[in-house]
Amino acid sequence: MGPLIPQEIITGQWDFVIALLIGAAFGFILEASGFSSSRNIAGVFYGYNFVVLRVFFTAMIVAMVGLMYFSYFGWIDIDLVFVLPTYLNSMLLGGFLMGLGFVIGGFCPGTSYTAVAIGKLDGLVFAIGFLIGVFIFGESFPYFEDFYTANNLGNITIGEMFGISNDWVAFLFVVMAIVAFYVTWLIEKKVRKNMTAYKFE
Amino acid sequence: MNTETDKKHQPRYINPYFGGILLGLLLLATFFIAGRGLSASGAVKLGVVSVVNMIAPEHAANNPYYSKFIPADGSSPLYNWLIFGAIGTFFGGMLSGAIFGRLKKFRVEHSPKISAKTRLIAAGAGGILFGIGSQFGRGCSSGAALSGTASFSYGGLLVMLLMFGIGYVFAYFFRKLWI
Repeated sequence: MGPLIPQEIITGQWDFVIALLIGAAFGFILEASGFSSSRNIAGVFYGYNFVVLRVFFTAMIVAMVGLMYFSYFGWIDIDLVFVLPTYLNSMLLGGFLMGLGFVIGGFCPGTSYTAVAIGKLDGLVFAIGFLIGVFIFGESFPYFEDFYTANNLGNITIGEMFGISNDWVAFLFVVMAIVAFYVTWLIEKKVRKNMTAYKFE
Repeated sequence: MNTETDKKHQPRYINPYFGGILLGLLLLATFFIAGRGLSASGAVKLGVVSVVNMIAPEHAANNPYYSKFIPADGSSPLYNWLIFGAIGTFFGGMLSGAIFGRLKKFRVEHSPKISAKTRLIAAGAGGILFGIGSQFGRGCSSGAALSGTASFSYGGLLVMLLMFGIGYVFAYFFRKLWI
């Protein structure tokens, strides 16, 4: 049955209405979870607030396990679900730069939109910086075009990479998530005890 | 935050695991409907392409990156799923902020140890790095790290591990910004 749009079960202008609604739900969940605050987000790097890890990992395992069940019940043709292709060199550099940008800026693009939406100027400056970064990349693209497409492994999945089925990948992520939830809960308790300066804003 | 008054001033956030379940179900629904996940950075990319294309169409057409995202039929790059998604994200965030009482006048949130100006400079610098990185990474935390990994992409997993890993590696050097 699914995915609906690639199989043209839903067509035409409805696309954009759906995109708007999905986007709105996304923004609502991000803001309601506390991601409109950079100090909540950056807490993951200093141990005083692991909300990012909790929301992120929970969402990931729910979607992973959900996809496997949907596929098992025949509700979705998993081969039609987009697997982000792996360009090894470029993505390693990208992850590096984003990690650095994350700990300095305290936002990622999606969370910065919700920060702007509730009046945070630091979110606005981050979003403008983000736009400038994309522009810098676009303007200098001709100089590193080869690097950008080097070591293309194609649409390879984690399971294919390590020679196991993706059911097992989903299972392992669930186990790792539960361990991470417990360990970070212990760390957070310890760090917060010694910390008085941090207040939610 | 041990005292009662401090507790009263804490904003009401939803339980993070509940938020995660909602986000996971939304992501699953997005896979089911669109065959691909959530995105945030794509809209900015198309915005940049669109502005460059408007100001200097020849320059945009000759640039191998911009030209990939300019529709051949002459329509606007902005007429795209990703743009509508980002507009939705903005208003969804605003709605949540209004409901939970966080929608207020313009302000800068920063650690008491740094000035608002320092915070804004850091936010801008972080944004620029994130902007460049997201293009190399084929997506940001939403498109590559979360949606990519959830749809079992090896590249998505690499981006996620690096994004958080590098954050931890450099956290010590930027601790003054936060704690």
